[in-house]
Amino acid sequence: MLNRFIAVYLREILILRRRIKRQILSMSVSPLLYMIAFGYAMGKGARFDGHTYREFLIPGLVAMSSMTQAFAIAVDINVARFYWHIFEEFQAAPVSNTAYVAGEVLAGITRAMLSVVIILIIGLFFNVSLDYGTVAFWLAIALDSFVFASLAVALAMLVKSHADQAMFTSFVITPMAFLGGTFFPVDRLPVWAQKILFFLPLTHTSKAIRSASFGNPVNYSSYLLLAIIGVVFFFGAIHCVNRARD
Amino acid sequence: MIRIERLKKNYGAITALDGIDLHVPAGELFAYLGPNGAGKTTTIRILTGLTRRSAGDAWLNGFHIEKEELKAKKRFGLVMQSINLDQELTVSENLDIHGRLFGMSTSERRRKIDQMLAYVDLIDRKKSLVKQLSGGMKRRLTIARAMVHSPEILFLDEPTVGLDAAIRRRIWALIKEIQKKGTTIFLTTHYIEEAEFLADRVAFLDKGKIVVIDKPRSLMARTGTWAIDQMDKGNMKTVYFRTRQEADAFVTGQKESYTLRRVNLEDSFLSLTGKKVKC
Repeated sequence: MLNRFIAVYLREILILRRRIKRQILSMSVSPLLYMIAFGYAMGKGARFDGHTYREFLIPGLVAMSSMTQAFAIAVDINVARFYWHIFEEFQAAPVSNTAYVAGEVLAGITRAMLSVVIILIIGLFFNVSLDYGTVAFWLAIALDSFVFASLAVALAMLVKSHADQAMFTSFVITPMAFLGGTFFPVDRLPVWAQKILFFLPLTHTSKAIRSASFGNPVNYSSYLLLAIIGVVFFFGAIHCVNRARD
Repeated sequence: MIRIERLKKNYGAITALDGIDLHVPAGELFAYLGPNGAGKTTTIRILTGLTRRSAGDAWLNGFHIEKEELKAKKRFGLVMQSINLDQELTVSENLDIHGRLFGMSTSERRRKIDQMLAYVDLIDRKKSLVKQLSGGMKRRLTIARAMVHSPEILFLDEPTVGLDAAIRRRIWALIKEIQKKGTTIFLTTHYIEEAEFLADRVAFLDKGKIVVIDKPRSLMARTGTWAIDQMDKGNMKTVYFRTRQEADAFVTGQKESYTLRRVNLEDSFLSLTGKKVKC
């Protein structure tokens, strides 16, 4: 099984390596714009919990970017499935659904980690240097990307076209990116809104990453919740791969 | 060896396969001939695990396609109708990923990749990106990829569709070479000459059912040896004859223009199903 899992992962990494310049550029654009527009211009002078808005924003962008980049694996899977028909190569090979999902999810996590490193470098250019050396910081990112890469694989198997995939991104991922504590603290919203946002994985990731970056105590419940959601999505993805056969 | 028993596939109210029974012995080159929508690709997709069967059973070299799925999948190589290669990877990377998917060791992969690329005459393009190859090269690469793990059965789904005549003949020679090594080949095609040239046996498939299975020569002999095509009230009419003398006698005194030719598998298909293969 290990050899097969590595094959699935290696394929994605070889493609990523071939696109690396374009990929780094595209991963840099959004965080850079957010930092200029919100962190530098609009957020100038604003402070949250004793930190500048730029310091508040960087962990949020890390959470958001690890989510969007991990979820972006769905686009690559869809292109492989609907356009190049490469997914059939996996389906016809003696590869278990678990090995396939594990390979794709790990590829999603790798992309997410790359995007996080880019944001941290961008942060340095804006004189933002937080505590990134903790296990809590990187574990929160790993769990966040695990959740969304697993969700991406599951949805990539369920959608019938590229358009379906884009619709899901518009209705779920984009609202979550803006409401999950990336740009403002969720506790500034009305209580009823906070209750709804509690169920979004990104809310917990933003909190956990921000807390780790600021050197605050670790909230273990956020990590546990993300791990549970990730495992549920991972097994859901395995089930969905089986359903992808017509 | 491929064994299929009462295989059925329904898509809602549409019946794609309607109780197929088939036995292809080891080493045979078997052609599945029929018009578009007859069920050729559906059969291959079920046998290779891409599509679920509705009913019936099938075994590949003794392994059930669903109950022993991973074991069955190790037995075959698959060349799809579409060129499903990773365009952004190199020729050797495509084969290497395939070898890993089939659990081959590093040394085994290296040896077989070079061997197969030499076999399909692409060894000098080993480091090229797939997107830089021509259509014929890509098709040869898909065949090489399907053969990297030394499968006992090779499924070829319309392997020469869209290729020009010269490249098609080159692919045919390659397929014949593969068969000589003892590989069982299951070929779907709607090119009559392809089935005539390559196949040991041919099955005619129409509306999800096998109409007849026989050797190409035997099938053609059932129809006749000579055929005359002529226009009859705006429609093409074909008449079949056992001997050349019979055919010559038929056209004696004919004022309409006509074409005298040898009977081919298209004629056999037409006489058995009432329709042409290339619909």
